[in-house]
Amino acid sequence: MDESRPIFLQIAEQIEGDIISGALGEETQVPSTNEFAAFLRVNPATAGKGVNLLVDEGILYKKRGIGMFVAEGARARLVAKRRDQFSTQYVRPLIEEAAKLGISADQLAELIRKEQSA
Amino acid sequence: MSAVVEVEGLTRRFGSLAAVNDATFRVEQNQIYGLLGRNGAGKTTLMQLLTGQEFATAGSIRVFGENPVENAPVLQNTCFIKESQKYPEDFQPRHVFTSAAWFFPHWDADFAARLATEFRVPLTRKMKKLSRGQVSAVGVIVGLASRAPLTFFDEPYLGLDAVARQLFYDRLLEDFSEHPRSIILSTHLIDEVSNLLEHVLVIDEGRIIIDAPADDLRGSVTNVVGAASAVDAFIGTREVLHRDGIGGLASVTIGALSPAEQAAARTAGLELSPVSLQQLIIRRTSENTQTTENEMEKSA
Repeated sequence: MDESRPIFLQIAEQIEGDIISGALGEETQVPSTNEFAAFLRVNPATAGKGVNLLVDEGILYKKRGIGMFVAEGARARLVAKRRDQFSTQYVRPLIEEAAKLGISADQLAELIRKEQSA
Repeated sequence: MSAVVEVEGLTRRFGSLAAVNDATFRVEQNQIYGLLGRNGAGKTTLMQLLTGQEFATAGSIRVFGENPVENAPVLQNTCFIKESQKYPEDFQPRHVFTSAAWFFPHWDADFAARLATEFRVPLTRKMKKLSRGQVSAVGVIVGLASRAPLTFFDEPYLGLDAVARQLFYDRLLEDFSEHPRSIILSTHLIDEVSNLLEHVLVIDEGRIIIDAPADDLRGSVTNVVGAASAVDAFIGTREVLHRDGIGGLASVTIGALSPAEQAAARTAGLELSPVSLQQLIIRRTSENTQTTENEMEKSA
């Protein structure tokens, strides 16, 4: 866990990551709050806050008396959200670091192509 | 939310020393609290006051709505596990567990037996022949299996190894999930417990200087590292909690930054790094000269 941000946000992101990767399929049941808490070794209230965040966003939904499930269409929505954030989270820091080292935009593009074909 | 503990203006003096000084706070039902602070900060005295083992010099204490001193119904629902628990001469762990069942109405003997196996506590050896860690394990088992609606753990793990401490955290979380209750954990091992805590109380020189949800504290301060001139330009007039430097480099601890401010710091070539709960508490409690200022802010 990263110390700089609230744990419940990190738990929500971890579940989102599992939905994007397909580890948690749509319409499948997700572990209970208590199971998340025990597995991640965090306070159950904190785990509950993370799960509820995803319920509020419609990524997960509750079936009364049964548990929590991944909503239909959740994966596509999460992918769209992550794409929106991709530039600020990954591309901008990359460009800033490249600028520090005197790597031009063309050289950077070339580096990306090279890594991709490697 | 309903409070199981309500304390107002609580003070306990020993001569000229105020071990607990004008403390006001609440403990909510079914939450895990961390009571953190340096040696001699007043943690144990505060817990003794809450369990009726010490008398207040001033102020009021309500536990389950009542004064805890010599109050059997309140004390039956309270369990206080302390570092230096004394046991009767000739007592063995099995005697401790049998007698715990008489004190605690919610005692779960099967759970205690299971924990004794897991912690490898020899049930039929005299308490005084046990290792320091085994004695601590007996205390931890009583604290967990008593399932008291208000449970205090005061540095429960002197001599417990890393495996046993992890076992304690795991069983605490599991059992708390099944049987929610109010737990107050006092410890120096802040990094080990920080993810277990829902709320944090920090006491320093008898005063409560932090009373906040753990998630609010996380990310409430940031370290900014870089060339001293760039750091100074960036921090401007912000309050600096701590400052380190070497050569032309500076590392300062300041309050939380918005995403825009973080981006600005990175553009200025500064490195941002998180400050753990433990570091935050060290910053807040190590500099006597700054405490008055921080107290004013934090006691609000």
